[in-house]
Amino acid sequence: MALLQAHRLTAFYGDFQALFGIDLELHEGETVAIIGANGAGKSTFLKTITGLLPANPDSVMLAGRPIGGLPAAEIVRLGVSLVPEGRRLFPSLSVEENLLIGAYGRREPGYWTLPRLYQLFPRLAARRHAPSQSLSGGEQQMAAIGRALMSNPRVLLCDEISLGLAPIVIRDIYAALPRIKANGASVILVEQDIVQAMQVATRVYCFQEGRVSLAGRPADLGREQIHTAYFGT
Amino acid sequence: MTAWINTLLQGVMLGGLYALFAAGLSLVFGIMRLVNLAHGDLIVLAAFILLALTHLTGIDPFLATLIAAPLLFGLGYGLQHLLLNRALGRDILPPLLVTFGLSIIIQNGLLEAFSADSQRLQAGAIETASIRLGPDLAVGSMQVITLASAVAVILVLNLLFYRTELGRAFRATSDDPEIAQLMGIDNRHIFSLAMAVAMVVIAVSALFLGVRANFDPTIGPARLLYAFEAVIIGGLGSLWGTLAGGIIIGVAQTVGAKIDPEWQILAGHLAFLAVLVLRPRGLFPSAGQ
Repeated sequence: MALLQAHRLTAFYGDFQALFGIDLELHEGETVAIIGANGAGKSTFLKTITGLLPANPDSVMLAGRPIGGLPAAEIVRLGVSLVPEGRRLFPSLSVEENLLIGAYGRREPGYWTLPRLYQLFPRLAARRHAPSQSLSGGEQQMAAIGRALMSNPRVLLCDEISLGLAPIVIRDIYAALPRIKANGASVILVEQDIVQAMQVATRVYCFQEGRVSLAGRPADLGREQIHTAYFGT
Repeated sequence: MTAWINTLLQGVMLGGLYALFAAGLSLVFGIMRLVNLAHGDLIVLAAFILLALTHLTGIDPFLATLIAAPLLFGLGYGLQHLLLNRALGRDILPPLLVTFGLSIIIQNGLLEAFSADSQRLQAGAIETASIRLGPDLAVGSMQVITLASAVAVILVLNLLFYRTELGRAFRATSDDPEIAQLMGIDNRHIFSLAMAVAMVVIAVSALFLGVRANFDPTIGPARLLYAFEAVIIGGLGSLWGTLAGGIIIGVAQTVGAKIDPEWQILAGHLAFLAVLVLRPRGLFPSAGQ
């Protein structure tokens, strides 16, 4: 059984339909990457999974349990956590407070604690009492990932975590991924950088205009195939 | 000279009362961006609740406040949960209309229940007690207690905001309600708790409003205005700024009244306008706003 499964998932912004029946599976221990052009529905997909957008109950299953359309605060308690696009740290909270609030709803004892996060991202430890907005982009991204990990999620959703960061910083952030996965989280990455996505993902889904245009293991997918799935023809 | 010092002192003390009015308003606006047009009427409602408690049981208003505070906490939670949460959304107009309607309902409900007569909370001997500061200078004990309570309320609110987990959730929800939900924060519950806490501040405000001077069901909107001005002068989101704002209005009013009794209210509004012209974001705008 899949840990997280989207089945014929649709999403709307008012009258505008953004997703047209997405089928996607994430198995325990996997890293699934979602690629696609701007406006393909990648972020919408993550927002729908987390409950920020409405969904039919059966269209999202977590370990066999329907969670579609539950309130977002409820879904995080069940173990699905999002690193939102643009990081969105709370400006009036310090770095440490941002991390602490990640554990507000879900109090499952788990691997991730403040000391372990500071061990994972030592740069945050040095700036723990600083206002979150005073961090560099890379540090903010680390804090946003740490905040999402504090709930000890079973499913970690990452939306564009490399966006706007220098390559060396991106490398640092992706270096944390194996340890995150080793400690109980399966990961869905939304990534514009296809090369990066292919390197870390067990499987890749390509979205195009609200539909899955291609899915498979990175090794099985040809360059031409991806190009077509990404841009259309 | 002593007369002017006395005037300033009176103004500072009065400012404590205005800061209390403003603290509740500021709390609610800061957390949920709800401009509560019924805030003044809720203070008057609380004053009538204290009045009813003192009349029915014969206890003094201080004790009545202690009893009323948890009742008002519950009332605030219920009000937010059942009514105001439904009005909150992207559009800022519905909450304004709903609280405006609430203001009218409270005023008329109080008129029906208590008539238009002026009322007063009787606090006994402490009302006339005073503290002598010099040969010609004294301040009323009750006024000192009012200012001290304002400072204490703001101190406690700051501790709540910056030292507790609930306070962290308050600030996070205020910053970004959408992402706050992703932390497992139930925004509606947080909003209801914020209104409940504001109602406790309202209970304290009502005590000092009712002991200081006469009140009747119609005086709510004017209290709302002073509270608004104190919040704006202080800068949105800063509780200590709110205290400063209250004191500025209080001092302006007493100084105005000293020059000519008719200028009391006007002087407060002029001080407010002057601050708006010179510092449109208030004296202590918080960084996040």
